[in-house]
Amino acid sequence: MELLVAIIIGSLTAVGTYLMLRMRTFPVIVGLSLLAYAVNFFLFASGRLMLNSPPLLYVDSPHTDALPQALTLTAIVIAFGMTAVAVIMALTAYLNGGTDKLDMENEAPEVTPEERGQ
Amino acid sequence: MTHFMVLPLIITAVMAPALLLFRDQLAIQRTLSLVTTAVLAVICAMLMVQAATGEITVYKMGNWDAPFGIVMVMDRLSALMITLTALLALGVLIYSIGTKWDARGAHFHPLYQFQLFGLFGAMMTGDIFNLFVFFEVLLIASYGLMVHGGGRLRTQAGVQYIIYNLAGSTLFVFSLATIYAVFGTLNMADMAAKAATLPPEDAALVRTAGAMVLLVFAVKGALLPLHFWLPNTYTHAPAPVAALFAIMTKVGAYAVLRVFTLIFGPSLALTGTLFSDLIMPAALITAVVGMVGVMAGGSLARVAAFAAVGSMGTLFIAIAPFTEGATVAALYYLIHSTLAAGALLLVIDMVQARRGTCALELRAPIVQSGLVAALFFAAAIATTGLPPLSGFIGKLFVLDALRDHPLSVWVWGVVLITSLVAVVGFAQAGSVVFWKAHAVKADATPAAPATGVALAGVGGLLALIVLMTVAAGPLTDYLTDTAAQLYAPEGYIGAVLGGGS
Repeated sequence: MELLVAIIIGSLTAVGTYLMLRMRTFPVIVGLSLLAYAVNFFLFASGRLMLNSPPLLYVDSPHTDALPQALTLTAIVIAFGMTAVAVIMALTAYLNGGTDKLDMENEAPEVTPEERGQ
Repeated sequence: MTHFMVLPLIITAVMAPALLLFRDQLAIQRTLSLVTTAVLAVICAMLMVQAATGEITVYKMGNWDAPFGIVMVMDRLSALMITLTALLALGVLIYSIGTKWDARGAHFHPLYQFQLFGLFGAMMTGDIFNLFVFFEVLLIASYGLMVHGGGRLRTQAGVQYIIYNLAGSTLFVFSLATIYAVFGTLNMADMAAKAATLPPEDAALVRTAGAMVLLVFAVKGALLPLHFWLPNTYTHAPAPVAALFAIMTKVGAYAVLRVFTLIFGPSLALTGTLFSDLIMPAALITAVVGMVGVMAGGSLARVAAFAAVGSMGTLFIAIAPFTEGATVAALYYLIHSTLAAGALLLVIDMVQARRGTCALELRAPIVQSGLVAALFFAAAIATTGLPPLSGFIGKLFVLDALRDHPLSVWVWGVVLITSLVAVVGFAQAGSVVFWKAHAVKADATPAAPATGVALAGVGGLLALIVLMTVAAGPLTDYLTDTAAQLYAPEGYIGAVLGGGS
């Protein structure tokens, strides 16, 4: 089972990293989501892998560690929210700039008339 | 008094949604936001006075005992950091109200308070997973603030900033999982206590976990080669937001100081000098690249952004040895570079609002040229580390503290030469904007002059720089005690884990 989980985490991370490096918003966001899945699996496994064991500390039978499950839940929620923000921002940038490329030219910042106090 | 230390968190967490109720009444929002931030500054200063006695206050969330519950810890370093944050935030807020920056998009003030909530939390927490959560809080607020006011370039830079930091956050969770797998705990004091008892066969895992956490903090602290988010963010973010972000890089520095003195401390045999050896070369290169960037900035905003990168390099040079003397220098330089970067970015906004661009090309002289030039001059002197302002003292401390370091020749060479390069860069930029401009005839209608409120914001930050120059003695006494507390982690561990409340 360890091998299976390790392969899953490894492939998700590899694919996620590859997509992150594509430098266009859609693949990058998909890549980030895959990385988030990978990290959730990884976090889950950090409390050791146990099958058919209750997440309780005070039982005599073998038990699994409940804390990583709570951490994973937190990480899922945060990753979900952050992905939503990234999607909205990427969409806004695409609609404003007409491109989904992530890299930028070295330009001086724009100054609107409003920002000049006029 | 026990609940007093979490007031900065409670106030910001309550005020942020409360300000949202007044979304259409800017005057009320401004008043509330200003009063809140001023009150926060006072509370943080009181906490600093309390921490100065050497007492480490611990607040157990929900009264769960550590290491099972989350704890907030207030020691000298945390108190110093939150006070610095609150003061910077107050100056920047005054400026953004004076220049009506806050009116150029929705929800500036609620996001500002959320930003402070995240910053305070990250600086106070004693739990490393909670540190991650507060990082996310401060990041998500910063995403909103970063694109405040909108615009094509700003949104694009915002996307870059978000993606970069999301990748950083993912790495943070990876490192937290590794840490939990090794230590079996996430409470920093508990980790510190357990680190000494770890078997030698765990060395590889411990070192990996430490190096991964270091990478995350290096992203935050803009340490090369992970600084790529910073130049575009600082250049395109609204000026007050960029000025507030001056503290964000310092959160990375704070986290490095906290984690790598407490958990992976210099006395831990499993890691030895690994982290010191990793940080030092990166810091040297950061200082060089940052200050070379100042020369090649192309626009004032980018010049300031690279100056911020360079100052992070100098700061990490002082952090890297992890010795008490060097840490005192690092802390002094940390305070200085936060205030200096904040002031510089605000002054550049004043230039930009008057010229219509901050690109380094010839334009007609700006309105209030003398006044703005004087402010720019002061901020540039502070940033580059020329006498008489605190940048000079800070760099002197750094050089003095690293005199006996094995790489001292490199450190001295890099700090001195990058300072010279920065002086040249700023002189070049300043002469194009303020001096050569007089050769060009004015054509367009001049922009409105700054209000006294906006000037008060910039002036306040510069006054703090002068204050820390004049009061360098008492401040250094406090910082010496802070460093002593950091390198004697038994006090911290005892306060958090020590039985009873």
